[in-house]
Amino acid sequence: MSRYRVAVHIVPRRGLLDPQGKAVADALHSLGFNGVRDVRVGRHLVIDADAPEPQSAERVVRDMCAKLLANPVTEDFEIANVEQA
Amino acid sequence: MKFGVITFPGSNSDEDAFLAITDVLGQEGVKLWHKDHDLRGVDVVILPGGFSYGDYLRAGAIARFSPIMREVVAHADRGAPVVGICNGFQIACEAGLLPGALLRNASLQFVSELCRVRVETTETRFSNQYAPGQILRLPIAHGDGRYTADDATLDRLEQNGQVVFRYVNAKGETDPLADPNGSMRGIAGIVNERGNVLGLMPHPERAAEAIVGSADGVALFESLLAQVGV
Repeated sequence: MSRYRVAVHIVPRRGLLDPQGKAVADALHSLGFNGVRDVRVGRHLVIDADAPEPQSAERVVRDMCAKLLANPVTEDFEIANVEQA
Repeated sequence: MKFGVITFPGSNSDEDAFLAITDVLGQEGVKLWHKDHDLRGVDVVILPGGFSYGDYLRAGAIARFSPIMREVVAHADRGAPVVGICNGFQIACEAGLLPGALLRNASLQFVSELCRVRVETTETRFSNQYAPGQILRLPIAHGDGRYTADDATLDRLEQNGQVVFRYVNAKGETDPLADPNGSMRGIAGIVNERGNVLGLMPHPERAAEAIVGSADGVALFESLLAQVGV
């Protein structure tokens, strides 16, 4: 058993209104970042978990996302990183 | 009729709901704690408004794991009535008792005002004491009230008559400007397919006496009483 640090990104599903992302995009435009096309504001979670190998640590965090960390109705998630903790 | 009001850490409308039931309606109220494992024989469960668990992660996401929610889900599965108000609506969605989700208001602002909703159906056990199309004045107070679901779910809700309340303007028409949080199709309240779980963002329990600005919420509770002829 080793300890792994799994980072996960959770973002509002594309196509759904993300007012926070829109407000940030508008602010960036007003600062002159005119290349900005879209911003989505989500959450970044870092989870330390014991698992026999990195693949199973990732699998467990995917399960966590499906059951609690992300709302399947409105959010998408992706595993950003898995490393030895 | 026995109404149980559940207090979660962070609930703030539990006393209002309790007073509406007991003082205004003269019914029996039971205060339940989120750690209880027993609904103590209540006929109706009320999930009240507030900010359970500080809205951590997502509004209602953590409350659904409170011990008593197991009993609430079993109560709903038996076909018994559950009313989720504001945060209670969010909890009911997170617990899978109702379809969809409630997201951050489109304006990004917390809204606290007396809104107008239209009664879209009187064929539910929560709305049978209203007139069809009746316009109600009910207070809202939330930051995460934007009802969201995919098109197929929204179509199904409409076809089945599960949309109970919709935000409208002073003329009683749906209007994006009268939709205080950007809810899809102006939806303010829905029931599940079986018709025994209601979720709504407006606060009927805070509109129970004219002296506080509106008594339009009372008929929602009276509808439940009429159902059983109490």
